[in-house]
Amino acid sequence: MTSLDVQPELVSDLLERFLAAESGKFGFDRAVLGLSGGIDSAVSCALAARAFGPENVLAVMMPYRTSNPDSEAHAREVIDALGVRWKKVDISAMVDGYLEQEGIEERMRRGNVMARARMVVLYDLSAAERALVIGTSNKTEILLGYSTQFGDAASALNPLGDLYKHQVVQLARHLDLPASVIDKPPSADLFEGQSDEDELGFTYDEVDRLLVRMIDERFSEEELVRAGFERSFVDSVARRIVINQYKRIPPIVAKLGQRTVNQDFRYLRSWGH
Amino acid sequence: MDCLIRLVQADATLGNLSANLDAHLTHIDQAIEDRVDLVVFPELSLTGYFLKDQTAEVALANDAELFAPIRERSKTISIALGFVERARDGRVFNAVGLFEDGELVHVHRKVHLVTYGMFEEARDLAAGEAFQVVESKHGRFGFLTCEDAWHVDGGYLYFLGGADAIIVCSAGPGRGVGTGGEGLASNRVWATLQDAMSILFRTWILYVNRVGWEDGVVFGGATRAVDPFGRENALLEGLDPGQLRVHVTSDMLERARTQTPLRRGEKPWILARELSRRWGTLPQAEDEDASPEKEADR
Repeated sequence: MTSLDVQPELVSDLLERFLAAESGKFGFDRAVLGLSGGIDSAVSCALAARAFGPENVLAVMMPYRTSNPDSEAHAREVIDALGVRWKKVDISAMVDGYLEQEGIEERMRRGNVMARARMVVLYDLSAAERALVIGTSNKTEILLGYSTQFGDAASALNPLGDLYKHQVVQLARHLDLPASVIDKPPSADLFEGQSDEDELGFTYDEVDRLLVRMIDERFSEEELVRAGFERSFVDSVARRIVINQYKRIPPIVAKLGQRTVNQDFRYLRSWGH
Repeated sequence: MDCLIRLVQADATLGNLSANLDAHLTHIDQAIEDRVDLVVFPELSLTGYFLKDQTAEVALANDAELFAPIRERSKTISIALGFVERARDGRVFNAVGLFEDGELVHVHRKVHLVTYGMFEEARDLAAGEAFQVVESKHGRFGFLTCEDAWHVDGGYLYFLGGADAIIVCSAGPGRGVGTGGEGLASNRVWATLQDAMSILFRTWILYVNRVGWEDGVVFGGATRAVDPFGRENALLEGLDPGQLRVHVTSDMLERARTQTPLRRGEKPWILARELSRRWGTLPQAEDEDASPEKEADR
Protein backbone atom coordinates (compact mmCIF):
# COMPACT_ATOMS: atom_id res chain seq x y z
CA MET A 1 0.00 0.00 0.00
CA THR A 2 1.49 3.29 -1.07
CA SER A 3 1.72 5.77 1.73
CA LEU A 4 2.76 9.38 1.57
CA ASP A 5 3.55 9.53 5.25
CA VAL A 6 7.14 10.17 6.28
CA GLN A 7 8.97 9.88 9.58
CA PRO A 8 8.97 13.60 10.41
CA GLU A 9 11.72 13.41 13.02
CA LEU A 10 14.06 11.67 10.59
CA VAL A 11 13.19 14.09 7.78
CA SER A 12 13.71 17.08 10.01
CA ASP A 13 17.10 15.77 11.14
CA LEU A 14 18.19 15.08 7.56
CA LEU A 15 17.09 18.49 6.29
CA GLU A 16 18.79 20.35 9.11
CA ARG A 17 21.98 18.44 8.34
CA PHE A 18 21.53 19.15 4.64
CA LEU A 19 21.26 22.91 5.18
CA ALA A 20 24.21 23.06 7.55
CA ALA A 21 26.47 20.79 5.46
CA GLU A 22 25.74 22.18 2.01
CA SER A 23 26.14 25.77 3.29
CA GLY A 24 29.08 25.04 5.51
CA LYS A 25 31.22 23.53 2.78
CA PHE A 26 31.11 26.88 0.99
CA GLY A 27 31.77 28.90 4.12
CA PHE A 28 28.18 30.01 4.79
CA ASP A 29 26.48 29.69 8.16
CA ARG A 30 23.59 32.08 7.64
CA ALA A 31 20.34 31.92 5.73
CA VAL A 32 17.89 34.34 4.16
CA LEU A 33 14.46 33.39 2.92
CA GLY A 34 11.14 34.88 1.97
CA LEU A 35 8.43 34.30 4.55
CA SER A 36 5.00 34.50 2.94
CA GLY A 37 2.78 33.45 5.81
CA GLY A 38 2.19 30.11 4.08
CA ILE A 39 3.16 26.66 5.24
CA ASP A 40 6.09 25.98 2.88
CA SER A 41 8.17 29.01 3.78
CA ALA A 42 7.30 28.51 7.45
CA VAL A 43 8.72 24.97 7.34
CA SER A 44 11.86 26.10 5.47
CA CYS A 45 12.30 28.86 8.04
CA ALA A 46 11.93 26.46 10.96
CA LEU A 47 14.47 24.06 9.45
CA ALA A 48 16.89 26.93 8.81
CA ALA A 49 16.44 28.16 12.39
CA ARG A 50 17.36 24.69 13.65
CA ALA A 51 20.29 24.33 11.24
CA PHE A 52 21.88 27.74 11.71
CA GLY A 53 20.35 29.05 14.94
CA PRO A 54 17.48 31.59 14.82
CA GLU A 55 19.89 34.50 15.14
CA ASN A 56 21.48 33.51 11.84
CA VAL A 57 18.26 33.38 9.84
CA LEU A 58 16.74 36.46 8.21
CA ALA A 59 13.07 35.98 7.33
CA VAL A 60 11.92 38.56 4.81
CA MET A 61 8.27 39.53 4.43
CA MET A 62 7.68 41.07 1.02
CA PRO A 63 4.06 42.15 0.70
CA TYR A 64 2.61 43.79 -2.40
CA ARG A 65 -0.14 46.33 -1.91
CA THR A 66 -2.86 43.80 -2.78
CA SER A 67 -1.45 41.02 -0.56
CA ASN A 68 -3.85 39.60 1.97
CA PRO A 69 -3.07 41.25 5.36
CA ASP A 70 -3.52 37.82 6.97
CA SER A 71 -0.36 36.68 5.19
CA GLU A 72 1.79 39.16 7.08
CA ALA A 73 0.02 38.38 10.33
CA HIS A 74 0.72 34.69 9.88
CA ALA A 75 4.34 35.36 8.92
CA ARG A 76 4.74 37.35 12.13
CA GLU A 77 3.35 34.44 14.13
CA VAL A 78 6.02 32.22 12.60
CA ILE A 79 8.74 34.78 13.34
CA ASP A 80 7.58 35.02 16.96
CA ALA A 81 7.44 31.24 17.32
CA LEU A 82 10.92 30.69 15.88
CA GLY A 83 12.70 33.79 17.14
CA VAL A 84 14.41 34.44 13.81
CA ARG A 85 15.52 37.88 12.63
CA TRP A 86 13.11 39.57 10.23
CA LYS A 87 12.75 42.37 7.76
CA LYS A 88 9.81 43.75 5.81
CA VAL A 89 10.35 44.97 2.28
CA ASP A 90 7.24 46.28 0.56
CA ILE A 91 7.67 45.42 -3.12
CA SER A 92 4.77 47.57 -4.32
CA ALA A 93 6.89 50.46 -5.57
CA MET A 94 9.39 48.31 -7.48
CA VAL A 95 6.69 46.14 -8.98
CA ASP A 96 4.36 48.98 -9.89
CA GLY A 97 7.24 50.94 -11.38
CA TYR A 98 7.45 48.32 -14.09
CA LEU A 99 3.81 47.19 -14.31
CA GLU A 100 2.49 50.75 -14.66
CA GLN A 101 5.20 51.84 -17.06
CA GLU A 102 4.39 48.91 -19.31
CA GLY A 103 0.63 48.90 -18.61
CA ILE A 104 0.57 45.24 -17.67
CA GLU A 105 -2.86 43.98 -16.61
CA GLU A 106 -2.66 40.24 -17.23
CA ARG A 107 -2.86 38.41 -13.93
CA MET A 108 -0.21 35.82 -14.66
CA ARG A 109 2.32 38.39 -15.83
CA ARG A 110 1.67 40.57 -12.80
CA GLY A 111 2.10 37.56 -10.50
CA ASN A 112 5.35 36.58 -12.16
CA VAL A 113 6.73 40.09 -11.83
CA MET A 114 5.93 40.06 -8.10
CA ALA A 115 7.57 36.67 -7.63
CA ARG A 116 10.67 37.83 -9.48
CA ALA A 117 10.79 41.12 -7.58
CA ARG A 118 10.92 39.06 -4.38
CA MET A 119 13.78 37.04 -5.84
CA VAL A 120 15.66 40.29 -6.57
CA VAL A 121 15.23 41.37 -2.96
CA LEU A 122 16.30 38.00 -1.52
CA TYR A 123 19.42 37.73 -3.66
CA ASP A 124 20.40 41.29 -2.81
CA LEU A 125 19.99 40.52 0.89
CA SER A 126 21.92 37.29 0.35
CA ALA A 127 24.95 39.35 -0.67
CA ALA A 128 24.42 41.93 2.09
CA GLU A 129 24.03 39.25 4.77
CA ARG A 130 26.60 36.74 3.47
CA ALA A 131 23.74 34.28 3.69
CA LEU A 132 22.44 31.68 1.24
CA VAL A 133 18.88 31.91 -0.09
CA ILE A 134 16.87 28.96 1.20
CA GLY A 135 14.16 27.66 -1.11
CA THR A 136 10.55 27.00 -0.25
CA SER A 137 9.27 25.02 -3.27
CA ASN A 138 7.87 21.58 -2.50
CA LYS A 139 7.95 18.53 -4.77
CA THR A 140 4.29 18.83 -5.73
CA GLU A 141 4.66 22.33 -7.12
CA ILE A 142 8.03 21.60 -8.72
CA LEU A 143 6.51 18.65 -10.60
CA LEU A 144 3.38 20.58 -11.56
CA GLY A 145 5.42 23.62 -12.55
CA TYR A 146 3.27 25.65 -10.19
CA SER A 147 5.88 28.29 -9.52
CA THR A 148 7.60 31.19 -11.24
CA GLN A 149 10.90 30.40 -12.92
CA PHE A 150 13.62 32.69 -11.54
CA GLY A 151 11.02 33.83 -9.00
CA ASP A 152 9.89 31.77 -6.02
CA ALA A 153 11.57 28.76 -7.65
CA ALA A 154 15.00 30.39 -7.26
CA SER A 155 17.20 29.44 -4.35
CA ALA A 156 20.68 28.22 -3.43
CA LEU A 157 19.46 25.28 -1.34
CA ASN A 158 15.99 23.84 -1.23
CA PRO A 159 15.19 21.58 1.72
CA LEU A 160 11.60 20.94 0.60
CA GLY A 161 12.12 19.94 -3.02
CA ASP A 162 11.71 16.20 -2.40
CA LEU A 163 8.68 16.49 -0.13
CA TYR A 164 5.12 16.40 -1.39
CA LYS A 165 2.69 18.95 0.04
CA HIS A 166 1.19 16.29 2.31
CA GLN A 167 4.63 15.62 3.74
CA VAL A 168 5.33 19.33 4.23
CA VAL A 169 2.16 19.53 6.31
CA GLN A 170 3.30 16.52 8.35
CA LEU A 171 6.64 18.21 8.93
CA ALA A 172 4.96 21.50 9.87
CA ARG A 173 3.03 19.73 12.63
CA HIS A 174 6.18 18.02 13.86
CA LEU A 175 7.97 21.38 13.93
CA ASP A 176 5.12 22.78 16.00
CA LEU A 177 4.37 25.65 13.65
CA PRO A 178 1.33 27.86 14.33
CA ALA A 179 -1.99 26.21 13.49
CA SER A 180 -3.11 29.31 11.57
CA VAL A 181 -0.31 28.62 9.05
CA ILE A 182 -0.86 24.88 8.84
CA ASP A 183 -4.62 24.88 8.55
CA LYS A 184 -5.33 27.72 6.11
CA PRO A 185 -5.99 26.95 2.42
CA PRO A 186 -2.74 27.16 0.41
CA SER A 187 -2.40 30.33 -1.66
CA ALA A 188 0.38 32.01 -3.63
CA ASP A 189 -1.33 35.29 -2.69
CA LEU A 190 -0.38 36.90 -5.98
CA PHE A 191 -3.89 38.30 -6.44
CA GLU A 192 -6.87 38.76 -4.19
CA GLY A 193 -8.70 35.58 -3.25
CA GLN A 194 -6.20 33.29 -5.00
CA SER A 195 -6.32 29.64 -3.95
CA ASP A 196 -3.81 27.05 -5.16
CA GLU A 197 -6.38 24.27 -5.30
CA ASP A 198 -8.99 26.38 -7.18
CA GLU A 199 -6.37 27.44 -9.67
CA LEU A 200 -4.94 23.94 -10.16
CA GLY A 201 -8.41 22.35 -10.42
CA PHE A 202 -7.67 19.57 -7.93
CA THR A 203 -6.64 19.23 -4.30
CA TYR A 204 -3.10 18.67 -3.11
CA ASP A 205 -4.30 15.52 -1.45
CA GLU A 206 -5.56 14.09 -4.75
CA VAL A 207 -2.54 15.06 -6.77
CA ASP A 208 -0.03 13.92 -4.14
CA ARG A 209 -1.57 10.46 -4.13
CA LEU A 210 -1.26 10.40 -7.91
CA LEU A 211 2.25 11.84 -8.07
CA VAL A 212 3.80 9.45 -5.59
CA ARG A 213 2.62 6.54 -7.73
CA MET A 214 3.41 8.15 -11.07
CA ILE A 215 6.85 9.54 -10.22
CA ASP A 216 8.28 7.59 -7.29
CA GLU A 217 6.79 4.21 -8.07
CA ARG A 218 6.65 4.62 -11.86
CA PHE A 219 3.13 3.27 -12.30
CA SER A 220 2.02 3.20 -15.94
CA GLU A 221 -1.09 5.12 -17.00
CA GLU A 222 -3.07 1.88 -17.07
CA GLU A 223 -1.94 0.97 -13.56
CA LEU A 224 -2.95 4.42 -12.33
CA VAL A 225 -6.39 4.09 -13.87
CA ARG A 226 -6.73 0.63 -12.33
CA ALA A 227 -5.72 2.15 -8.99
CA GLY A 228 -8.77 4.40 -9.23
CA PHE A 229 -7.54 7.64 -10.78
CA GLU A 230 -9.61 9.27 -13.56
CA ARG A 231 -7.81 8.93 -16.87
CA SER A 232 -8.37 12.63 -17.65
CA PHE A 233 -6.79 13.59 -14.32
CA VAL A 234 -3.81 11.32 -14.95
CA ASP A 235 -3.35 12.75 -18.45
CA SER A 236 -3.63 16.37 -17.40
CA VAL A 237 -1.12 15.95 -14.57
CA ALA A 238 1.26 14.02 -16.83
CA ARG A 239 1.02 16.83 -19.40
CA ARG A 240 1.76 19.47 -16.77
CA ILE A 241 4.85 17.60 -15.69
CA VAL A 242 6.18 17.38 -19.23
CA ILE A 243 5.50 20.94 -20.34
CA ASN A 244 7.08 22.37 -17.19
CA GLN A 245 10.36 20.47 -17.47
CA TYR A 246 12.02 23.69 -18.65
CA LYS A 247 11.57 25.15 -15.18
CA ARG A 248 13.53 22.34 -13.56
CA ILE A 249 16.73 22.42 -15.56
CA PRO A 250 19.44 24.99 -16.27
CA PRO A 251 19.20 26.92 -19.56
CA ILE A 252 20.02 24.85 -22.63
CA VAL A 253 23.40 25.58 -24.13
CA ALA A 254 24.04 25.03 -27.86
CA LYS A 255 26.84 22.50 -28.14
CA LEU A 256 29.67 23.64 -30.39
CA GLY A 257 32.90 22.40 -28.85
CA GLN A 258 34.30 19.26 -27.28
CA ARG A 259 33.15 19.99 -23.75
CA THR A 260 29.97 21.86 -23.12
CA VAL A 261 28.72 23.03 -19.76
CA ASN A 262 26.15 20.60 -18.32
CA GLN A 263 26.48 18.19 -21.22
CA ASP A 264 30.00 16.80 -21.16
CA PHE A 265 31.50 19.22 -18.65
CA ARG A 266 30.18 17.39 -15.61
CA TYR A 267 31.04 18.51 -12.11
CA LEU A 268 29.00 18.69 -8.96
CA ARG A 269 28.54 21.98 -7.19
CA SER A 270 30.42 20.26 -4.36
CA TRP A 271 33.46 20.14 -6.70
CA GLY A 272 36.54 20.39 -4.48
CA HIS A 273 34.43 20.91 -1.35
CA MET B 1 43.52 -15.18 13.82
CA ASP B 2 43.24 -12.37 16.31
CA CYS B 3 42.73 -9.03 14.62
CA LEU B 4 41.61 -5.71 16.01
CA ILE B 5 39.89 -3.83 13.19
CA ARG B 6 38.74 -0.23 13.09
CA LEU B 7 36.09 0.76 10.56
CA VAL B 8 36.24 4.51 9.91
CA GLN B 9 32.92 6.08 8.98
CA ALA B 10 34.14 9.29 7.38
CA ASP B 11 33.12 12.17 5.14
CA ALA B 12 35.25 13.14 2.13
CA THR B 13 36.00 16.35 0.29
CA LEU B 14 34.94 15.81 -3.32
CA GLY B 15 37.96 15.46 -5.55
CA ASN B 16 40.37 17.01 -3.06
CA LEU B 17 43.10 14.38 -2.68
CA SER B 18 45.34 16.30 -0.33
CA ALA B 19 42.55 17.19 2.10
CA ASN B 20 41.35 13.60 2.13
CA LEU B 21 44.86 12.21 2.50
CA ASP B 22 45.41 14.45 5.54
CA ALA B 23 42.19 13.16 7.09
CA HIS B 24 43.28 9.57 6.44
CA LEU B 25 46.67 10.13 8.04
CA THR B 26 45.03 11.58 11.15
CA HIS B 27 42.81 8.50 11.47
CA ILE B 28 45.68 6.14 10.76
CA ASP B 29 47.99 7.76 13.31
CA GLN B 30 45.24 7.55 15.91
CA ALA B 31 44.66 3.89 15.05
CA ILE B 32 48.39 3.18 15.40
CA GLU B 33 48.33 4.82 18.81
CA ASP B 34 45.36 2.65 19.76
CA ARG B 35 47.21 -0.49 18.64
CA VAL B 36 44.69 -1.34 15.92
CA ASP B 37 45.82 -4.05 13.45
CA LEU B 38 43.75 -3.04 10.43
CA VAL B 39 42.04 0.26 9.69
CA VAL B 40 39.41 0.34 6.95
CA PHE B 41 37.98 3.35 5.12
CA PRO B 42 34.86 3.58 2.92
CA GLU B 43 34.61 3.34 -0.87
CA LEU B 44 36.46 6.14 -2.70
CA SER B 45 37.54 7.53 0.65
CA LEU B 46 40.50 9.38 -0.89
CA THR B 47 38.42 11.11 -3.54
CA GLY B 48 34.74 11.39 -2.67
CA TYR B 49 32.03 9.65 -4.66
CA PHE B 50 30.10 11.63 -7.32
CA LEU B 51 33.25 12.51 -9.22
CA LYS B 52 31.87 12.56 -12.78
CA ASP B 53 34.55 14.37 -14.86
CA GLN B 54 36.85 14.48 -11.85
CA THR B 55 37.20 10.70 -11.99
CA ALA B 56 40.10 10.70 -14.42
CA GLU B 57 41.59 13.80 -12.80
CA VAL B 58 42.00 12.17 -9.40
CA ALA B 59 43.01 8.71 -10.62
CA LEU B 60 46.25 7.38 -9.11
CA ALA B 61 48.70 4.76 -10.28
CA ASN B 62 49.39 2.09 -7.71
CA ASP B 63 52.88 3.49 -7.15
CA ALA B 64 51.73 7.12 -6.89
CA GLU B 65 53.86 9.37 -4.72
CA LEU B 66 50.71 10.39 -2.86
CA PHE B 67 50.62 6.92 -1.32
CA ALA B 68 54.10 7.32 0.21
CA PRO B 69 52.88 8.30 3.71
CA ILE B 70 50.29 5.50 3.57
CA ARG B 71 52.93 2.95 2.57
CA GLU B 72 55.20 4.21 5.34
CA ARG B 73 52.50 3.87 8.00
CA SER B 74 51.51 0.46 6.69
CA LYS B 75 54.79 -0.83 8.12
CA THR B 76 53.05 -0.44 11.48
CA ILE B 77 49.36 -0.98 10.66
CA SER B 78 47.42 -2.54 7.80
CA ILE B 79 45.31 -0.01 5.89
CA ALA B 80 42.45 -0.48 3.45
CA LEU B 81 41.20 2.63 1.63
CA GLY B 82 39.21 3.59 -1.44
CA PHE B 83 40.67 5.40 -4.44
CA VAL B 84 40.41 5.74 -8.20
CA GLU B 85 43.09 3.51 -9.71
CA ARG B 86 44.67 4.36 -13.04
CA ALA B 87 45.92 1.14 -14.60
CA ARG B 88 48.90 1.07 -16.92
CA ASP B 89 46.61 0.66 -19.90
CA GLY B 90 44.80 3.90 -19.01
CA ARG B 91 41.60 2.39 -17.66
CA VAL B 92 40.40 3.77 -14.36
CA PHE B 93 38.83 1.61 -11.66
CA ASN B 94 36.88 2.15 -8.49
CA ALA B 95 39.45 0.48 -6.24
CA VAL B 96 40.02 -0.58 -2.67
CA GLY B 97 43.70 -0.94 -1.85
CA LEU B 98 45.17 -2.89 1.05
CA PHE B 99 48.50 -1.57 2.28
CA GLU B 100 50.64 -3.79 4.47
CA ASP B 101 54.33 -3.93 5.44
CA GLY B 102 55.12 -0.83 3.44
CA GLU B 103 53.50 -2.05 0.20
CA LEU B 104 50.22 -1.97 -1.64
CA VAL B 105 49.60 -5.70 -1.42
CA HIS B 106 46.14 -6.04 -2.92
CA VAL B 107 43.70 -4.07 -5.04
CA HIS B 108 40.04 -4.96 -5.36
CA ARG B 109 38.55 -3.37 -8.45
CA LYS B 110 34.80 -2.88 -8.11
CA VAL B 111 33.19 -5.48 -10.31
CA HIS B 112 29.56 -4.43 -10.24
CA LEU B 113 29.60 -0.78 -11.19
CA VAL B 114 26.30 0.77 -10.36
CA THR B 115 24.69 2.53 -13.29
CA TYR B 116 21.02 3.15 -12.66
CA GLY B 117 18.91 5.69 -10.84
CA MET B 118 21.22 8.32 -9.38
CA PHE B 119 24.35 6.34 -10.25
CA GLU B 120 26.41 6.47 -13.43
CA GLU B 121 29.66 4.70 -12.54
CA ALA B 122 30.02 2.76 -15.79
CA ARG B 123 30.21 6.03 -17.68
CA ASP B 124 33.46 6.95 -15.99
CA LEU B 125 34.96 3.72 -14.69
CA ALA B 126 36.06 0.34 -15.97
CA ALA B 127 34.77 -2.72 -14.14
CA GLY B 128 36.97 -5.19 -12.30
CA GLU B 129 36.57 -8.86 -13.05
CA ALA B 130 37.91 -10.67 -10.02
CA PHE B 131 37.07 -11.52 -6.45
CA GLN B 132 40.23 -12.75 -4.80
CA VAL B 133 40.67 -13.55 -1.17
CA VAL B 134 43.72 -11.68 0.07
CA GLU B 135 46.05 -13.37 2.51
CA SER B 136 46.74 -10.54 4.88
CA LYS B 137 49.10 -11.08 7.78
CA HIS B 138 46.04 -10.65 9.98
CA GLY B 139 43.75 -13.11 8.21
CA ARG B 140 42.00 -13.95 4.96
CA PHE B 141 39.89 -11.07 3.73
CA GLY B 142 37.50 -10.64 0.81
CA PHE B 143 36.76 -7.09 -0.27
CA LEU B 144 33.49 -6.02 -1.84
CA THR B 145 32.79 -2.48 -2.97
CA CYS B 146 29.22 -1.39 -2.28
CA GLU B 147 27.17 -2.74 -5.24
CA ASP B 148 29.38 -5.84 -5.30
CA ALA B 149 27.48 -6.89 -2.18
CA TRP B 150 24.18 -6.81 -4.09
CA HIS B 151 25.33 -9.63 -6.35
CA VAL B 152 25.91 -13.09 -4.93
CA ASP B 153 29.03 -13.93 -6.93
CA GLY B 154 31.60 -12.02 -4.87
CA GLY B 155 30.37 -13.17 -1.49
CA TYR B 156 30.01 -16.73 -2.76
CA LEU B 157 33.55 -16.82 -4.12
CA TYR B 158 34.91 -15.46 -0.86
CA PHE B 159 32.90 -18.14 0.97
CA LEU B 160 34.49 -20.80 -1.22
CA GLY B 161 37.86 -19.13 -0.69
CA GLY B 162 37.48 -19.37 3.08
CA ALA B 163 37.50 -15.69 3.90
CA ASP B 164 37.62 -14.92 7.62
CA ALA B 165 35.84 -11.67 6.95
CA ILE B 166 34.12 -10.03 4.01
CA ILE B 167 34.83 -6.33 4.13
CA VAL B 168 32.29 -4.16 2.32
CA CYS B 169 33.56 -0.65 1.57
CA SER B 170 30.66 1.54 0.60
CA ALA B 171 29.54 5.02 -0.40
CA GLY B 172 25.90 4.20 0.01
CA PRO B 173 23.43 7.09 -0.25
CA GLY B 174 20.74 7.21 2.39
CA ARG B 175 17.16 7.29 1.13
CA GLY B 176 13.68 6.21 1.99
CA VAL B 177 12.07 8.22 4.81
CA GLY B 178 8.61 6.64 4.70
CA THR B 179 6.83 5.01 7.60
CA GLY B 180 7.39 1.41 6.48
CA GLY B 181 10.02 1.00 9.19
CA GLU B 182 12.29 2.96 11.47
CA GLY B 183 15.12 5.09 10.07
CA LEU B 184 16.37 5.18 6.50
CA ALA B 185 14.97 2.40 4.32
CA SER B 186 18.35 2.09 2.59
CA ASN B 187 20.05 1.27 5.89
CA ARG B 188 17.46 -1.38 6.71
CA VAL B 189 18.05 -3.06 3.36
CA TRP B 190 21.80 -2.96 3.90
CA ALA B 191 21.44 -4.57 7.32
CA THR B 192 19.30 -7.33 5.82
CA LEU B 193 21.92 -7.96 3.15
CA GLN B 194 24.73 -8.08 5.70
CA ASP B 195 22.81 -10.46 7.93
CA ALA B 196 21.98 -12.73 5.00
CA MET B 197 25.58 -12.79 3.79
CA SER B 198 26.83 -13.66 7.23
CA ILE B 199 24.27 -16.44 7.66
CA LEU B 200 24.87 -17.90 4.19
CA PHE B 201 28.65 -17.57 4.20
CA ARG B 202 29.34 -18.15 7.90
CA THR B 203 31.80 -15.30 8.09
CA TRP B 204 32.25 -11.85 9.53
CA ILE B 205 30.66 -9.08 7.48
CA LEU B 206 32.31 -5.73 8.08
CA TYR B 207 30.45 -2.86 6.44
CA VAL B 208 32.03 0.58 6.38
CA ASN B 209 30.02 3.41 4.84
CA ARG B 210 30.47 7.10 4.10
CA VAL B 211 28.70 9.99 5.76
CA GLY B 212 28.39 13.58 4.59
CA TRP B 213 26.67 15.22 1.63
CA GLU B 214 27.42 15.67 -2.05
CA ASP B 215 24.97 18.01 -3.80
CA GLY B 216 21.97 17.05 -1.73
CA VAL B 217 22.75 13.34 -1.51
CA VAL B 218 23.48 12.13 2.00
CA PHE B 219 25.64 9.08 2.61
CA GLY B 220 23.82 6.90 5.10
CA GLY B 221 26.54 5.73 7.49
CA ALA B 222 25.29 2.74 9.53
CA THR B 223 28.75 1.21 9.55
CA ARG B 224 28.18 -2.21 11.05
CA ALA B 225 29.77 -5.52 11.94
CA VAL B 226 27.90 -8.83 11.82
CA ASP B 227 29.48 -11.89 13.39
CA PRO B 228 29.67 -15.33 11.68
CA PHE B 229 26.47 -16.38 13.48
CA GLY B 230 24.55 -13.59 11.71
CA ARG B 231 24.30 -11.45 14.83
CA GLU B 232 24.91 -7.73 14.94
CA ASN B 233 28.23 -7.25 16.69
CA ALA B 234 28.49 -3.47 16.49
CA LEU B 235 26.69 -0.57 14.80
CA LEU B 236 27.45 3.11 14.35
CA GLU B 237 24.08 4.83 14.56
CA GLY B 238 23.38 8.26 13.14
CA LEU B 239 24.92 10.21 10.31
CA ASP B 240 28.01 11.56 12.00
CA PRO B 241 31.60 10.51 11.39
CA GLY B 242 32.78 7.85 13.79
CA GLN B 243 34.71 4.65 14.29
CA LEU B 244 33.69 1.08 14.95
CA ARG B 245 35.92 -1.36 16.79
CA VAL B 246 35.66 -5.01 15.81
CA HIS B 247 37.72 -7.79 17.32
CA VAL B 248 37.82 -10.70 14.88
CA THR B 249 39.10 -14.00 16.28
CA SER B 250 39.42 -17.52 14.91
CA ASP B 251 37.57 -19.16 17.75
CA MET B 252 34.24 -17.54 16.96
CA LEU B 253 34.65 -18.38 13.27
CA GLU B 254 35.39 -22.00 14.17
CA ARG B 255 32.40 -22.26 16.49
CA ALA B 256 30.07 -20.78 13.88
CA ARG B 257 31.36 -23.14 11.21
CA THR B 258 31.19 -26.13 13.49
CA GLN B 259 27.64 -25.33 14.46
CA THR B 260 26.53 -24.87 10.84
CA PRO B 261 29.16 -26.35 8.48
CA LEU B 262 27.80 -24.87 5.27
CA ARG B 263 31.16 -24.76 3.51
CA ARG B 264 31.65 -28.47 4.12
CA GLY B 265 28.31 -29.24 2.53
CA GLU B 266 28.72 -26.85 -0.39
CA LYS B 267 28.82 -28.41 -3.88
CA PRO B 268 30.27 -25.70 -6.10
CA TRP B 269 30.76 -28.17 -8.96
CA ILE B 270 26.98 -28.26 -9.44
CA LEU B 271 27.08 -24.55 -10.15
CA ALA B 272 30.25 -24.93 -12.26
CA ARG B 273 28.68 -27.72 -14.28
CA GLU B 274 25.54 -25.70 -14.92
CA LEU B 275 27.45 -22.55 -15.85
CA SER B 276 29.60 -24.56 -18.20
CA ARG B 277 26.53 -26.22 -19.76
CA ARG B 278 24.95 -22.83 -20.39
CA TRP B 279 27.94 -20.83 -21.51
CA GLY B 280 30.68 -23.32 -22.36
CA THR B 281 34.26 -22.51 -21.56
CA LEU B 282 34.52 -18.84 -20.74
CA PRO B 283 37.45 -16.67 -21.81
CA GLN B 284 39.95 -15.64 -19.16
CA ALA B 285 38.91 -12.42 -17.47
CA GLU B 286 40.83 -9.39 -18.59
CA ASP B 287 42.04 -8.63 -15.11
CA GLU B 288 41.70 -12.00 -13.45
CA ASP B 289 44.24 -10.88 -10.94
CA ALA B 290 44.35 -7.19 -10.23
CA SER B 291 47.18 -7.47 -7.74
CA PRO B 292 49.82 -4.78 -8.18
CA GLU B 293 52.52 -7.29 -9.19
CA LYS B 294 50.40 -8.79 -11.92
CA GLU B 295 49.45 -5.34 -13.09
CA ALA B 296 53.13 -4.44 -13.45
CA ASP B 297 53.73 -7.61 -15.46
CA ARG B 298 51.24 -6.78 -18.16
